[in-house]
Amino acid sequence: MASITLKEVVKRYGSGKTANQVINGVTAEILTGEFVVIVGPSGCGKSTLLRMVAGLEEISSGEISIGGRVVNDLEPSERDIAMVFQNYALYPHMSVFDNMAYGLKIAKVPLEEIKARVDKAAKILEIGPFLNRKPRELSGGQRQRVAMGRAIVRHPKVFLFDEPLSNLDAKLRAQTRIEIQKLHRELGITSLFVTHDQVEAMTLAQRMIVINLGAMEQFGTPEEVYNRPATTFVASFIGSPPMNLLKNAPDALPGIITGVRPEHLDITETGWALHVETVEMLGAERLVYGRWTHGAGDELVILRTEEGHPVPAIGSTICVTPRADKIHYFDASTGKRKEAP
Amino acid sequence: MEKRVQFRAPLLPWLLIAPQVLVISVFFFWPAAQALLQSFQIEDAFGISTQWVGMENFNRLWNDASYLTSFKTTAIFSLLVAVLGIGLSLMLAIFADRVIKGAMFYKTMLIVPYAVAPAVAGVLWIFMFSPSLGVVSYGLGKLGIDWNHLLNGSHAMTLIVMAAVWKQISYNFLFFLAGLQSIPKSLIEAAAIDGAKAWRRFWTIQFPLLSPTTFFLLVINMIYAFFDTFAIVDATTHGGPGQATSILVYKVYYDGFKAMDLGGSAAQSVVLMTIVIALTVVQFQFIEKKVNY
Amino acid sequence: MVERSPFLTFLGHAIMILGVIVVAFPIYLAFVASTHTAQEIVQAPMPMLPGSNMWETYRKALVGGGYGAGSTAPVAHMMWVSLVTALVITFGKIAISLLSAFAIVYFRFPFKNFFFWAIFVTLMLPVEVRIGPTYKVVSDLGMLNTYAGLTIPLIASATATFLFRQFFMSVPDELAEAARMDGASPLRFFIDILIPLSKTSIAALFVIQFIYGWNQYLWPLLATTSEKMYPVVVGIKMMVAGGDSQNEWNVVMATALLAMLPPALVVMLMQKWFVKGLVDTEK
Repeated sequence: MASITLKEVVKRYGSGKTANQVINGVTAEILTGEFVVIVGPSGCGKSTLLRMVAGLEEISSGEISIGGRVVNDLEPSERDIAMVFQNYALYPHMSVFDNMAYGLKIAKVPLEEIKARVDKAAKILEIGPFLNRKPRELSGGQRQRVAMGRAIVRHPKVFLFDEPLSNLDAKLRAQTRIEIQKLHRELGITSLFVTHDQVEAMTLAQRMIVINLGAMEQFGTPEEVYNRPATTFVASFIGSPPMNLLKNAPDALPGIITGVRPEHLDITETGWALHVETVEMLGAERLVYGRWTHGAGDELVILRTEEGHPVPAIGSTICVTPRADKIHYFDASTGKRKEAP
Repeated sequence: MEKRVQFRAPLLPWLLIAPQVLVISVFFFWPAAQALLQSFQIEDAFGISTQWVGMENFNRLWNDASYLTSFKTTAIFSLLVAVLGIGLSLMLAIFADRVIKGAMFYKTMLIVPYAVAPAVAGVLWIFMFSPSLGVVSYGLGKLGIDWNHLLNGSHAMTLIVMAAVWKQISYNFLFFLAGLQSIPKSLIEAAAIDGAKAWRRFWTIQFPLLSPTTFFLLVINMIYAFFDTFAIVDATTHGGPGQATSILVYKVYYDGFKAMDLGGSAAQSVVLMTIVIALTVVQFQFIEKKVNY
Repeated sequence: MVERSPFLTFLGHAIMILGVIVVAFPIYLAFVASTHTAQEIVQAPMPMLPGSNMWETYRKALVGGGYGAGSTAPVAHMMWVSLVTALVITFGKIAISLLSAFAIVYFRFPFKNFFFWAIFVTLMLPVEVRIGPTYKVVSDLGMLNTYAGLTIPLIASATATFLFRQFFMSVPDELAEAARMDGASPLRFFIDILIPLSKTSIAALFVIQFIYGWNQYLWPLLATTSEKMYPVVVGIKMMVAGGDSQNEWNVVMATALLAMLPPALVVMLMQKWFVKGLVDTEK
């Protein structure tokens, strides 16, 4: 395994006045053996960033190093990496075995060694029975495992995952997530995993890079990102339902956005007064949507209550109080986090 | 339109493309340029001297009655072939689409003419219609029609039209069938629920949705009529009787290789080239802007 | 289709059968004629059922000789010429088109667009339009009456390149990226992955080009003067000379059927791919 270092990496399409910069100078250091997730909404540039590490996209400026070696000008196959694609990218006319063996054959690895590696990977991923089948005879989940097997046999220093779970149904996604975690525990290979799903990010990442519009907004552990979001974007992107970002809370300060997560608002006797608009019953919890009774009432506030607590009636007025240590403050103009004023 | 994936290799693409570029340079562009050049020149009978005469060859063409007749003949011929070819194969395609039993057999049988060479088709046709021993001309005689394509210009024209249409049916049929089968069944079912009977459904839904295919085939058939039919003409009527079936492409051949009028033949080639390019451009523009439903 | 109308079903079958009859009649007639002697069919109306002279007629056709006023060259040899020509054109065209399409789709190089359009232009002009000068070029190169002269000028059009281009564009990008990851050079990708995936397109083009090559008439007419180099399609025309009764029509019809046989076989055996390829070509 190896570390990955990104230094001021920029990606620009076109040149001059019509240039479109999709990655704006990302700097990050990924430690050896770490599982880092790059997460962000569609179109934010996360796949582009991954593909630059892979060597499938040219780096407009900046530097990428793998294992201390600058790889800007190296071909993908020279970087000692392996990639798992969103659409599996399995060669349709080759058997599973041949798919996994292809890269090794090109590298002129001896046949017994190839067989040994493929068998080992097949055992880890439980795809042994499929080695002679063609991809079209396999289910989506099986194909994804073959794609991972193809990556494993290369014994790469770095694993790159490009939204590999997006094409699987919900149940399979959860299953495969667990398998990927297991794989990382067993093999310990440095991994970069791209997804738009913040649940995947939270469950898989040891640290995560949150990207929005080509810029890195925060690089931290799931706890850090959840408990101390660096910007309003991170605050609203991570966590479901999203954090309330309030400009008009009753004791709001000018130029400051108050952030409170729905699970950190309690219904109390006195406090911020809300007019209940909708209640969603989700089994173990409920989501209560309300608007301020003061002022224009245009901000939507969400709070979460658990079963066992009384459900507020629609149309009634309730009071909520945020938990003291769970209030976040953000600068309204820059969106950046501020410590308590 | 470009693929996202591009290989980086300095020399390889040139090597890959070289064979085709070589062949088309030597056997396409060079002769085409020559044809263009020759059309502006006159060569004397012995091929010893050539003279630049500008547009004279072209002017001669426009003033040549036989050329203008040939133009007219070709226009009539290609229109007949296109309309009949499309009409008949559309009808066959519609019913082939409906029929389930024996569909494979019908389809296979109808595709066979595609495999028959135009020259062979021509020979089959003159055998059937030969004034002295043809079966069909005999049958026509019994009906009171004195068939003789060797003497009667319109008989000759009818003959080559029939032979040409016979050959084209397969091609048109296949395209129409594919076009019909790509119309979502749900549209037809919706129309049926709305109370439309089969005939009405065809005219209001299937035919309009087939219009890209129809237009495409119209252009293809016309181009076919202009060129691929040379063999049919040469095998049957040789452009005769007189000039009755001397279509443009036949005239190019005759003038260039029999009458040895190279300049005139070249000029005719250039005119043909222009027509085809115009037709292809029209088709390409239209097809690229395929109507979205 | 939607409603079950016995009338329409009956009409459908009736029209289909009529269509098949019209299409098959000339061929049936040719077959019947080829099984009789020349005298039996020269008097109108000729018999409509097969006769007993089949082997003799076909033998005469294949071996040549005979009293016909036109050419009496042995058809067997002409079939051979046709076969070689058709196969050379087919394989030649497929090979160079695969290479060109690969270059155009998967590489960036200077003047790419120029070459792309140059190749596209060749689609528009069939050989009939440039016969004069092409003849001169072939003649100057000493290629008249050779297989090379019969085939190479016909490889010059770009139909196959376009079919392959369309197909390559539809191959998922990720396959090429995965191959790059695996360390495959562009040529390796081409041979190991792209070509196997193109099997159906290649098969469809095989049918189309084989028939195109086999059925060529005008060009071989010009490019050959010796009976020994006539493809069968030209040969059959040469057999029919002048007035009707001077030709051995039974032999002519036998030749027609022989000339039809290989393309028809190719079409019928490869029908599925052929239909798919034809329809996809023009998209």
